[in-house]
Amino acid sequence: MARLRRITYLTLGFLLLAYLLVFSGCAGSQNRFIKKTSFRGTHSILITFAGPVDEEWATKASNYRVYEKPDPDIVLKISTIELSTNRQTVILHFEEPLNQNQPHMVTMRGIMTEGKSVGTAIVKVRKLYLGYLFSILIGAMLVQNFVFTKYLGLCVFFGTSQKRSTAVGMGVTFTIVIVASAMMSWFLYQFFLKPFHLDFLQIIVFIGLVSLSVQAVDTILRKVNPMLFKAFGVYLVLVIANCIILAVPLILADNEYNAAESLMLALGAGLGFLIALFLMSSVRERLELANVPPTYRGLPIAFVVAGLFALAFLGFSGMSIF
Amino acid sequence: MCPAVGISTTVMNGLMLGTAVLFVQVCSSCTIAAIKNYIHPRIRIPTYTLTIATWVTVIDLVLSAYAPEAYKAMGIFIKLIVAFAIITMRLEVFACKNTVAMSFWDGLGMGLGFMFGMVTLGFIRELLGMGTLLGHNVLGFRPLLFFALPLAGFFCVGFMMAIFNYVELVFNRRKKRRG
Repeated sequence: MARLRRITYLTLGFLLLAYLLVFSGCAGSQNRFIKKTSFRGTHSILITFAGPVDEEWATKASNYRVYEKPDPDIVLKISTIELSTNRQTVILHFEEPLNQNQPHMVTMRGIMTEGKSVGTAIVKVRKLYLGYLFSILIGAMLVQNFVFTKYLGLCVFFGTSQKRSTAVGMGVTFTIVIVASAMMSWFLYQFFLKPFHLDFLQIIVFIGLVSLSVQAVDTILRKVNPMLFKAFGVYLVLVIANCIILAVPLILADNEYNAAESLMLALGAGLGFLIALFLMSSVRERLELANVPPTYRGLPIAFVVAGLFALAFLGFSGMSIF
Repeated sequence: MCPAVGISTTVMNGLMLGTAVLFVQVCSSCTIAAIKNYIHPRIRIPTYTLTIATWVTVIDLVLSAYAPEAYKAMGIFIKLIVAFAIITMRLEVFACKNTVAMSFWDGLGMGLGFMFGMVTLGFIRELLGMGTLLGHNVLGFRPLLFFALPLAGFFCVGFMMAIFNYVELVFNRRKKRRG
């Protein structure tokens, strides 16, 4: 019976996740005459039309206006335009390489097909959405690891990385709490703070929300699953003292992420913290047995080890996936 | 602890962040000392957090308006003063039991201590990394460029802790010999 319930919960959670992924991915208006848009290589954008377009219209660069979504004022310069023989696909070549991490907006003025106009179209060009989400996840986990490359959450990091079991317990608890609280604060920011122009209250609201959600998890866990509470309850208090839990909502608010992107960033931050704790605790368990000079015993050597890890994580910088 | 590693790359950054922490510590200490009789003991920790958050918002807005350059350099760290354990600890240990004037001096002392630590770290890192102090060229060359990297903060803090440990060790040894 209990197993059945657990399976039901898991399924429900998965469905919710899938719903978020699908629906936030499809957002954005499309003109019906444009079938597909995508990046091609480093310098080009490919546009596929539903029917043949007039060559005279299609090869005129002034009919197109392309910019990165966050900077509508900076218009990208088109060098050449290529039209396929069946006149359905247009390839826009640009003078400079495109920053494919940003969605691009393409405005096409007065599209002409067989001598008549079908109106102006504004389309969004972006990379494969799931790949983009995956790159956010990996980015938050490894490339921009919150502990080793952003230097956040160090108090808790050094406090709980002495034993491997403690480290894993803290990491798992932290991941769960951060996903829950980041999603809540994203919702609150997008639907309450932003529409009512209360952005300046974000610090107060986010920290209040975090302490509330930690308190709620504490109370619920105590009643629902005392065993689990015994294992993870100790770490719940420490979660509030960790500045990553406040940094993630602030980053989400700054970057205007949508629901799926926020989920990925929060998950990446939690998992990245878990990885950092696990690596560090493995080394520190060995250090207990090593012959460390007396002045370096304890925290000083831990700091030096963390510095070496940070140096290693520097190797991830500049890496991009997809 | 986090900003000690992340942004203590120059004396100026250390000084700015130290000032911000000093301001938040003094103001929230005074606030809590003034309203301590009206706080229910069971909700005292959330009250402390919200008080600190309020003062952090104040300093955040002030800095972003009057010192935009420094604000940009420090990025998210100003907002994260909220999560500083020392400030909350000081409110819990001292401000909720003492008068406003006493709390003011206590907060000032704590803040100055933090500022001193940050400035020392910034001094070492700026001198060794860039060969400059407060932007002025002092040495004329760069002894160890490595210290200008943000991650060198880990090593720097580690070395400083080791030095303090060494001093303590020597002190204890002398005391034992005498006694």
